[in-house]
Amino acid sequence: MSLGSVRNPPPFLDSEDQEPEYDTGDLDSDDGEEIFTGTSNKPFVSTPPETDPSSDIFSEEGSYTVQKHTAPKTNGVQSDEELDLFAEATVELTLTAPNSRGRKEIIGPTEPLSTTVNTHGKLHVANTSNKPSEEVEEEESGDTFELNIAVTNPEKMGDGMNAYMTYKVSTQTTLPAFRSKTFSVRRRFSDFLGLYEKLSVKYNLMGCIIPPPPQKSVVGMTKVKVGKEDPSSAEFVEKRRAALERYLQRVVSHPALLQDSDVQEFLEREELPRAVNTQALSGSGFLKMINKASDAVNKMTIKMNESDNWFESKLQEVENEEQLLRRLHASVDSLVNHRKELCSNTAMFAKSVAMLGSSEENSALSRALSQLAEVEDKLEQLHQEQAFSDFFTLTELLADYLRLLGAVRGCFEQRMKAWQRWQEAQSTLQKKREAEAKLLWSNKPDKLQQAKEDITEWEAKVGQCERDFERISSTLRKEVHRFEKEKCRDFKHHIVKYLESLLRSQHRLVKCWEAFLPEAKAIV
Amino acid sequence: MIISGLFKFSCLYKKVNFVLFFVVDQLRSVSVDLNNDSSLLIDIPDALCERDKVKFTVHTKTTLNSFQKPDFSVSRQHEDFIWLHDTLVETEEYAGLIIPPAPPKPDFESPREKMHKLGEGEATMTKEEYTKMKQELEAEYLAVFKKTVQVHEIFLQRLSSHPNLSKDRNFQIFLEYDQDLSVRRKNAKEMFGGFFKNMVKSADEVLISGIKDVDEFFEQEKTFLLDYFSKIKDSTAKAEKMTRSHKNVADDYIHISATLNSIAADDNTALKQHLEKFAELLEKLRKVEGRVASDQELKLTELLRYYMRDIQAAKDLLYRRARALADYENSNKALDKARLKSKDVAQAEENQKQCLLKFDKLSESGKKELTSFKGRRVVAFRKNLIEMAELEIKHAKQCVILHSTCIDLMDSSFIFAVVQVRGRR
Repeated sequence: MSLGSVRNPPPFLDSEDQEPEYDTGDLDSDDGEEIFTGTSNKPFVSTPPETDPSSDIFSEEGSYTVQKHTAPKTNGVQSDEELDLFAEATVELTLTAPNSRGRKEIIGPTEPLSTTVNTHGKLHVANTSNKPSEEVEEEESGDTFELNIAVTNPEKMGDGMNAYMTYKVSTQTTLPAFRSKTFSVRRRFSDFLGLYEKLSVKYNLMGCIIPPPPQKSVVGMTKVKVGKEDPSSAEFVEKRRAALERYLQRVVSHPALLQDSDVQEFLEREELPRAVNTQALSGSGFLKMINKASDAVNKMTIKMNESDNWFESKLQEVENEEQLLRRLHASVDSLVNHRKELCSNTAMFAKSVAMLGSSEENSALSRALSQLAEVEDKLEQLHQEQAFSDFFTLTELLADYLRLLGAVRGCFEQRMKAWQRWQEAQSTLQKKREAEAKLLWSNKPDKLQQAKEDITEWEAKVGQCERDFERISSTLRKEVHRFEKEKCRDFKHHIVKYLESLLRSQHRLVKCWEAFLPEAKAIV
Repeated sequence: MIISGLFKFSCLYKKVNFVLFFVVDQLRSVSVDLNNDSSLLIDIPDALCERDKVKFTVHTKTTLNSFQKPDFSVSRQHEDFIWLHDTLVETEEYAGLIIPPAPPKPDFESPREKMHKLGEGEATMTKEEYTKMKQELEAEYLAVFKKTVQVHEIFLQRLSSHPNLSKDRNFQIFLEYDQDLSVRRKNAKEMFGGFFKNMVKSADEVLISGIKDVDEFFEQEKTFLLDYFSKIKDSTAKAEKMTRSHKNVADDYIHISATLNSIAADDNTALKQHLEKFAELLEKLRKVEGRVASDQELKLTELLRYYMRDIQAAKDLLYRRARALADYENSNKALDKARLKSKDVAQAEENQKQCLLKFDKLSESGKKELTSFKGRRVVAFRKNLIEMAELEIKHAKQCVILHSTCIDLMDSSFIFAVVQVRGRR
């Protein structure tokens, strides 16, 4: 895979891939009438075969894979496939008997499902360019506005140690806040980090859970900078691209963040000022490290008087979950590694059997052995794809959620800090009141005025702190609910996706061996 | 802990005797020249693993008069088999035959090491995970055990079905002598002789690969066998690595399944059921994957390994013939020298005649053996490759069913779960 390569369009022919999840979207929709926006031909946003190359990004049904940026004629082909897709989607549902009927009963009368583009930034499973990419399950949009994001086309700019990768961020939307319907900009990794910095400054105090960006990696980037076009650096770029895409999708799926001007600017503006305070070795980098250290100390010293047990138990849950997810992540990682090992061992075995077959004197056996070598070769490819699927579907999901849970914990900490501020304000107010009482006693009228002013000031502050604390508590509660819902959906989606990939590879395994069997039987 | 594991393991073995019978029946297919002559039937119905030694019970049933009893059993160790093999190889009479390869030494190193590592890592796993891993390891022990019994048994069965070798006196002693054979086995001096023999063997390699044979058949065979041997050796090693990786993947599923169960236990959202189902699936999956790995091991890796050894035995035959040829040529030279000196001519002539006779006999029986070997090999490959392909298909289809059921379950249950959530809202 070369850097900057374009992905192939996903094969929409495999009907097992199409399990449109229109229902979950329906049930999620707040607007009840919107559930069956499906007369069979609800236009979905990306349809009209646009000649605008940027819309190539949004292929049929909002799957976030990139199309070839070639002539518009590919668009035409795609729209044919899109329509076929619908037909297939309908057929699929009626065939899977108990499930579909079950679904129908729950949902009520349905038409062929309009699987429109999803606003909630459905997570995308990335694959390397040379493998057929996997489908994204669709959800019917409940909201009236739509926004899709794709991050594609990594390109290396500059040379040597000053080189960096830029990624194309393409947006397609019907939101009125944006100037046009489809547009794209190029961004580099530090821009993403800068966005996160800005958002966390703004929203941390409000108790919103801000999705954290992918991590910096000096090793990975250095390899890319040095310019080695080997598969590991290509893999690194692909991993990063997919992670950035998921990051942006999570950001825009948050209703508050979507409205934020910084986010909109990030998506729209041609040139962003370089975000310098994201560099690890800068002054602000050190500042951040110091802040983190002091936070850690603070955490140990604050003992919060929790009035609401919900927060305490929730925090405990989050911490437990983080621990378990970490363990799961390690196990899945080891699975990926072992599968990669299996893949390379199978390749070596295949070569060895081919050599054996070539030196075999019995011609039928020789043919069978070369067939065996071919089968093992195919298996190797299978294992390779499965390893990628393992990785991108499961491992990255878990890594993302580990970071997200960290962000959730951070919000809880913010709430504790707000409480602490409130308490401090209260104690300062108390001190001021005592000072006033003392002054009353000692009868110094000029200072008294000052003291009274102080008290009013601090009373206001206390009120403000209390309101802040209440607000952060209630926002946090809502946010946690939203987070849990989304996590549920995410995990479920990915588990099913993973199972489907396992299913697919087993199917192919069966086919491989069934093709081999007659050859083996033909040995004489 | 390891020792107790072995003891437990031997008890476990006794319980699954009948399973062994069945498995050994299947495994016998690796070597397919066993004729159906029931005048001499040998099998290994039982074996005991004590510390490092494996004691095989060799059971013979015969209608031949050369044996004292029609039905009897003796206890033998691996070293006894090696002694028998080496004795046969050294017997001049059998120089023109392919002596069945000696069974390899029982090797419990790999599962033992894993058991050790498991014991060390016990603290980091949940109890359920640990039990499952232990079960897996015990199964692996058992598999190694079964395999070693199988190769020893096949060795004896090939001997018994060979028209010449089955009548060998030492073979009879091996089967019948009801006491410990160690008195007849190699002592230290002979061990050293064995080392010397290996050196001679490598000289043999040079000998036969250098000279071009006059006889077309043997020339072809030589080229083929030399080449094929190195290739099959390579394939065996690679197949072993591949099967091991497969096993590792299956083991990983255990860990993932266990962790998922822990997460599901804590979770009380709609996700709980999914995680549980997923964990269940992985548990079933790893069993299938484990079976895939072990079937591959039996049908493919064992096949390659066995024929690698067999080809080595065929090569040994060629070496012996080459040596006989060298002897004959030497005797010719000696005869010429004797004629020149007019001394001991008659003796030299006699010597030369003997050498020629020996060489011709070797060549004749060698040709027969090598031809039948060819046929045997092809049949064995065919059988095993077919069986392996069929097993792979069976397992993959089973996986497909497991996966689709799980996906269906997930989809339907999720709908219900989400409906409930909606209702609450």
